[in-house]
Amino acid sequence: MSGVLVITEQRGGAWNRMSWETIAAGQQLARDLNRPVFAAVAGHNVGALAAELGRKNLAYVHAVEHELLESYSADGYTAALEALIRAHHPSLVLFPHTYQVRDFAPKVAARFGQTLVSDVVGVRVENGVPVYVRQLFQGKLAGDVRISGDAPHFVSLQAGAYRADTVEAGSAPVETFSPQIAASAIRTRCEAPFRESARAVDLTSAGIIVSVGRGIKEKENIGIVQELAQALGGELAASRPICDSGWLPMERQVGSSGQTVSPKVYIAIGISGAIQHLVGMKGSKTIVAINKDAEAPIFEVADYGIVGDLFEVVPALTEEVKKAKA
Amino acid sequence: MKIVVAIKQVPMRDSQLRIGADGRWIQESDLSFEINEPDAYALEEALQLKEKHGGEVVALCAGPARAAQTIREALAKGADRAIHIEEENLPALDTLGVASLLARAVQNEAADLILTGLQSDDLGSGQTGVVLAEILGLPHATIIMQVEKLDGAIKVKRELEDGWFQFIEMPLPAVLTIQSGINKLRYATLMGIKKAKSKEIKRLTTAELVAPPAAVATLERIYPPLRAKQTQILDGTPKEAAAKLVEKLKFEVRVI
Ligand SMILES: Cc1cc2nc3c(=O)[nH]c(=O)nc-3n(C[C@H](O)[C@H](O)[C@H](O)COP(=O)(O)OP(=O)(O)OC[C@H]3O[C@@H](n4cnc5c(N)ncnc54)[C@H](O)[C@@H]3O)c2cc1C
Ligand SMILES: Nc1ncnc2c1ncn2[C@@H]1O[C@H](COP(=O)(O)O)[C@@H](O)[C@H]1O
Repeated sequence: MSGVLVITEQRGGAWNRMSWETIAAGQQLARDLNRPVFAAVAGHNVGALAAELGRKNLAYVHAVEHELLESYSADGYTAALEALIRAHHPSLVLFPHTYQVRDFAPKVAARFGQTLVSDVVGVRVENGVPVYVRQLFQGKLAGDVRISGDAPHFVSLQAGAYRADTVEAGSAPVETFSPQIAASAIRTRCEAPFRESARAVDLTSAGIIVSVGRGIKEKENIGIVQELAQALGGELAASRPICDSGWLPMERQVGSSGQTVSPKVYIAIGISGAIQHLVGMKGSKTIVAINKDAEAPIFEVADYGIVGDLFEVVPALTEEVKKAKA
Repeated sequence: MKIVVAIKQVPMRDSQLRIGADGRWIQESDLSFEINEPDAYALEEALQLKEKHGGEVVALCAGPARAAQTIREALAKGADRAIHIEEENLPALDTLGVASLLARAVQNEAADLILTGLQSDDLGSGQTGVVLAEILGLPHATIIMQVEKLDGAIKVKRELEDGWFQFIEMPLPAVLTIQSGINKLRYATLMGIKKAKSKEIKRLTTAELVAPPAAVATLERIYPPLRAKQTQILDGTPKEAAAKLVEKLKFEVRVI
């Protein structure tokens, strides 16, 4: 019976952790839809990884093997997964919404005349039909999406939408799938990933982080947030647009393309709370949000909130902190 | 180098969004609109490449009549001409539909490079550029932070997670999805604004382009997000709220 196929992600033999969240989602959805669940891992020499998947509660594991899958390319992965899907006819294909998946999954879906429903935060099954919940307007609104048209349907899941620790153990046979890929079909040549210079600022060990976003309006205004950070003895951090504008160095950026932090307290000032920022800080023990918009998504993860103009609240807060410390 | 830049018009950042009467999209009547943020960076990158290597920059936009304003702004910044696919009901299309329209509009342009933003601020699908490349049969790369032209090819810097990057080379023509922050945006000059008035905007209707495929992914309902956490809102004047927060930081979080 056609089932739910989970595409996992690995690089150089190491799992992307979101793979497990996607397997958890696949197991849950397969149960709700009364269908079997399969998982696939693609690469070169992925035997050990496939064997690890084989210890989960799955109907089958596909080890998608090819030497041209050794390192990632959109053309190589698209060819391999298109072949796998054509051979096994899943009704639904689930991906983790990683940067790599953003790069090739839309292409795979288009080959089947489908649109990938991307960055899904939850799934409800209504009368046997899945309804996918997505964020709109950078998290300010949510929307229900239904997919029609012939199977397979394609969905990618946002980081944190499902919990990796709910993956059920079990035992599943591993099948090797060897797609045909021509070297000439891979049009891009990728170099090895690298990190820009060593980070001078290590935000990951900070106990207190005061983080500033676009609500600060101008570079000249960052001083008031810096004073608060100093008064608290904390590190200054920022959302991406602040670093993009060159107002603070990139090494102070928190989020999916910056650092992932989990301080005792994270104070978000004039930050709206887009998912790419949240993934970098939602593990903080206590989160404080200062924002003039009571509906800003940052309040969804905040323990304490002050709804107000940061230009009034922040100086007042610095004052109070100094008083308390005096 | 002939460069096409796909730009989308979206509600201004910090707009107060209200859900429309049919519950399927927002009420647009009282909103102001602007260029999608990464698309502004894509346009800037195209202009800089043209300044270095010569050629032409064509702005491409699918959207209702009001999108003409955003197209004019792109022309004022330096795009040479524009293609406006007039589509009044954009939310009724899915990515495959939008990408098909864009593909049909550019297929005879013989562009060397097509740039899109990496993600739209309203829908946030993050995939129109990739699907466009697939339809046109072109190689692509996503989340690009640097573009260097080589002989008949390009070398780009792709952003990976957690501060990692990677260089990728591919032959032209190609499609790139551009990340915000790749360059410094310019402002339109008075001269630019004046010149824009006489630049060509080619208007195409969906009918002229052959109707796009019916949407397979449909947005049925939009609503305010459900809150996962109960935030304790500290109210009062700024001074009062600040004092309450310091109490919490001192006695509950214990960081002061
Ligand atoms: C692939 C990808 C990777 C990304 N990586 C990252 C990343 O690593 N880190 C990151 O942060 N972002 C990242 N982003 C960008 C992210 O999507 C958001 O665009 C960004 O986080 C928004 O930053 P912001 O909250 O500072 O700005 P905005 O969204 O513009 O929010 C500004 C906030 O300030 C508030 N405000 C305005 N004026 C005041 C005032 N006077 N007083 C109080 N509040 C005020 C507003 O109400 C608003 O909520 C990434 C995006 C993509 C697509
Ligand atoms: N209607 C449109 N007109 C022109 N370009 C678009 C349109 N929709 C999407 N795009 C382009 O595709 C990118 C990604 O959009 P999305 O896939 O919706 O996140 C945007 O940044 C634009 O460059």
